[in-house]
Amino acid sequence: MAGLMGRVTTLFKVKANKVLDKAEDPGETLDYSYTKQLELLQKTKRGVADVVTAKKRLQLQESKLQESVVKLDGQARQALAANREDLARTALERKALIQGQLQGLDTQIAQLEQQQQQLVDTEQRLAAKVEAFRTQKEVVKAQYSAAEAQVRIGEATSGLGEEMGDVSLALQRAQDKTDQMQARAAAVDELVSSGAVADLDAPGTTDLDRQISALSADSQVDAELARLKGELGAAPAAGQIAPAPAADAPPAAEQPAAPEEEGGAS
Amino acid sequence: MIVRIMEEGQYRLSDDLLGELNQLDNQVAAAVSAGDDAAFSAGFQQLLAFVRTHGTPVANDELVTSDHVLPHAETTLADARSTFSGHGALAG
Repeated sequence: MAGLMGRVTTLFKVKANKVLDKAEDPGETLDYSYTKQLELLQKTKRGVADVVTAKKRLQLQESKLQESVVKLDGQARQALAANREDLARTALERKALIQGQLQGLDTQIAQLEQQQQQLVDTEQRLAAKVEAFRTQKEVVKAQYSAAEAQVRIGEATSGLGEEMGDVSLALQRAQDKTDQMQARAAAVDELVSSGAVADLDAPGTTDLDRQISALSADSQVDAELARLKGELGAAPAAGQIAPAPAADAPPAAEQPAAPEEEGGAS
Repeated sequence: MIVRIMEEGQYRLSDDLLGELNQLDNQVAAAVSAGDDAAFSAGFQQLLAFVRTHGTPVANDELVTSDHVLPHAETTLADARSTFSGHGALAG
């Protein structure tokens, strides 16, 4: 088998030659190629912008997932405090899954960061080469006939054609990678918002949310009750009792819910 | 001689180094035909490192054609294989 380098060189040269191959009239070639260069430069700038957009999206997703982790952690605690280990387990399972997604995201964001840097370098290199080409072009055009200028600047043209071929391939590859990450991000969004992360029989993540918030509503009511009882039980001598709810508040006599249930076996 | 590493840029190397460069390149090609992933990764990175350490980067505003072209640093064994079989990104 021939070397990898020889094979790649041959294929690459074919590709690079195609880049500036189009102009028929040698007199127009130089200006034509300059237009193509500027186009490619624009495309490269857009490529950088696309990567930045993709990166921002993943960063946003990351912070949302981090919020979910905090929230689920809190829910697990609430559930445990209310002796609902089943709910706590569900919350923790979901939290673990989201943490798994978070780990993958870190890597992807780092990759996009690297890709962004690489494309910025590419853009700068291409811009410098385009500018160098423009200068050379102006010099030879001023000194020679169009056809001769074309010959004189031949090496610069093919050197630039090579750069442009490389940049085009790099842009294509960057685009493919960015698309893949966007697709994956969309899938994760879907996964999280549908709540399908952990329990398959619950149609929405709202189910866990609802149960937890029912718990927290319960405990809030309990806390409120305790507070009211406390207020009523305390001596009103200081005149601290608020004026308005006095009518609503029943005299502190009945205990609505005993802490121990009769039927509950332990 | 001028060697391009795709997506990275061009390097200028002494012509005397062509023998060594070819030798490293042949090792990579052998790994490709053997389908040896580990040997490919090691050999390919060694080849790139050789160019980077023995070459000086061509200035951004210099326009020259390359004598040799190497694929980008993230190239996998599968990518290299498709280059040989004519189905890679370059083949289009």
